Amino acid sequence: MGATTHRAPSAGTGPARRLDIGRMPAAPTALLLSALVMVIAVEAGSLYTIGAIRKALLGGGFAGWWVSAAFVLLTLMSTMIALPLIRAFNRWRDVRRAIARNDIVAARVARSEAHDRSWIAIGYTFAQFIVVLAVQFLLANNQAVAKTFFYVPLIVETFPLVLKAFWVNIEIFVVAEVLVLVWGLIVALAMFAPGTAGKPLRIIAAVYVDVFRAIPAILVIFLVGFGVPLTGVPILKDFSLTSYVIIALTLTVGAYVAETYRAGIQSIHWSQTAAARSLGLSHMQTLRYVIVPQGVRHIIPPLLNQFIALQKDTALVNVVGVIDSFNQSMLIAANHYNLSAVTTVAVLFIAISIPQTRFVERMMQRDRARLRAGGV
Amino acid sequence: MAFIEIRDISKSYGDLSVFNHLSLSVDEHEVVSLIGPSGSGKSTLLRCINGLEAIDHGEIRVHGDRITGPGVDVNALRRDIGIVFQGYNLFPHMTVLGNVTLAPIKVLRLSKAAAEERAMALLSRFGLANKAREYPDRLSGGQQQRVAIVRALAMDPLVLLLDEITSALDPELVSEVLNIVRDLAEEGMTMLLATHEMGFAREVSSKVCFLCDGSVYEEGPPDKIFDEPARERTRAFLRNIRDAKRI
Ligand SMILES: Nc1ncnc2c1ncn2[C@@H]1O[C@H](COP(=O)(O)OP(=O)(O)O)[C@@H](O)[C@H]1O
Ligand SMILES: [Mg+2]
Repeated sequence: MGATTHRAPSAGTGPARRLDIGRMPAAPTALLLSALVMVIAVEAGSLYTIGAIRKALLGGGFAGWWVSAAFVLLTLMSTMIALPLIRAFNRWRDVRRAIARNDIVAARVARSEAHDRSWIAIGYTFAQFIVVLAVQFLLANNQAVAKTFFYVPLIVETFPLVLKAFWVNIEIFVVAEVLVLVWGLIVALAMFAPGTAGKPLRIIAAVYVDVFRAIPAILVIFLVGFGVPLTGVPILKDFSLTSYVIIALTLTVGAYVAETYRAGIQSIHWSQTAAARSLGLSHMQTLRYVIVPQGVRHIIPPLLNQFIALQKDTALVNVVGVIDSFNQSMLIAANHYNLSAVTTVAVLFIAISIPQTRFVERMMQRDRARLRAGGV
Repeated sequence: MAFIEIRDISKSYGDLSVFNHLSLSVDEHEVVSLIGPSGSGKSTLLRCINGLEAIDHGEIRVHGDRITGPGVDVNALRRDIGIVFQGYNLFPHMTVLGNVTLAPIKVLRLSKAAAEERAMALLSRFGLANKAREYPDRLSGGQQQRVAIVRALAMDPLVLLLDEITSALDPELVSEVLNIVRDLAEEGMTMLLATHEMGFAREVSSKVCFLCDGSVYEEGPPDKIFDEPARERTRAFLRNIRDAKRI
């Protein structure tokens, strides 16, 4: 192979090569001007929107010093996007001066900072633009949007009713989560039933998982919630409606959780099994004392994600007439021609969901950090 | 009668034949070293004796009892045959003490106190008493491998199988592990070890077996195998090792 693509070494001939750090940079004028135009446009829109909010508040019977105070505060806050722009402009002037001095290093430093500041200004301006658009949407058609979804008097009035119904959701998902943990583990262990004798069990478990992952949750709830009472099977037919939906959710989510357990068990290297079995531990003892305790750590984040999904799925139980928060809020919505109570339900779900999501994310971050640090 | 009798065994993984009519015996209180090129089946042989792998033909007997084929309680068998792996395979979610006492408690049904007493005695004997409450990932490779040996010894096995137990260690940690094996050999522990440490094999073993082509190609006392190997492949193997200055 001829190494023709390689640069010939300069040893001996010609002057020693120096690092090429480039030429004198130009001031980022175009970028700065673009940022300036955007800031001016969005600020104009912001001021207009803040004025509209004030008018809407005053028109809606809100008055007093706090409206003026909020108005002033919002106006001041909206002008914050000018700050990075001012810094960008200062650095831009530094670039010009450095160029005049022929100071290439200072010019590069200032140019880089002017560049960064301009982009920061553009970024925040864009975010503010989105907020302005959203507020304009709420105010559209004489605040029809705001009143339909966020009619505060109705929210306040119906909040106790909705919150009480939300307890039904909580009851359903807490019980279902406990059942799912146990049921999922049973199914997962069945998927690992050893030998030829275990084969029928393995097949049953695999079929169950495939079937219940395929059927939409709402269908299972419907089939169990309406179907079982119709069959008139003794004992089962006397369960409450809430029990039926808990069973239905456990069956559906249990299939996913069993898969998660299985992945966790398989994530443990076979050499751990070999070590445990070589000490005389049985198949079940090996799973119980060596494999599952290690697998559990890997599966907590996916498990919590499935729990969050399960919590949201409790809103599906309205198909069989359980009065959960969503069903309750729909009744209110029908009576008042207004969806604000449904918004309350959404907010309640957000309130329980976000802490859990953050928690999962932190756990995964910690696990990644440990992995990078070379731990197990 | 020999303590371990491996009679005419064959085993293959699909098309790959690992053992082809291999026979080998180990006497009680004897230390036998398995040497041979990588892939010659040293690890597989140890795993077969321990019941972690099944053989296709032939049989293995311990104390005259057949331990392969149908009707063998492998869990019971493994209580008496300890194995230590190249990669330690400690349980990372348990402390050193937890690692060492798990099987005595769950398999031998010792009380926790009795198991811990036995574990602490073994750990202190091998200079690990102060590590009892540590987790394995806080230990050096040499310490981890010593814990793995202690874990196997805590079951009070009749025979110990050692599979290249120093291959994953930094050179300066090798001797602390080999010292333990030397101690055990002096005590009369029956051991079968796969190893690349030729000097050590020569020192501790009463018999060296060169594995090649699916059977024991040549066997004999260490001085004979290392100084005047009779057969061509053995000579070639040892020459390569000498050239790599590993002897
Ligand atoms: N589980 C397995 N499946 C397929 N082939 C295997 C398996 N275990 C070992 N082998 C093969 O069997 C041969 C012997 O392996 P091994 O016993 O690990 O050799 P050694 O320990 O002497 O290096 C190798 O060719 C290896 O690739
Ligand atoms: Mg090996």
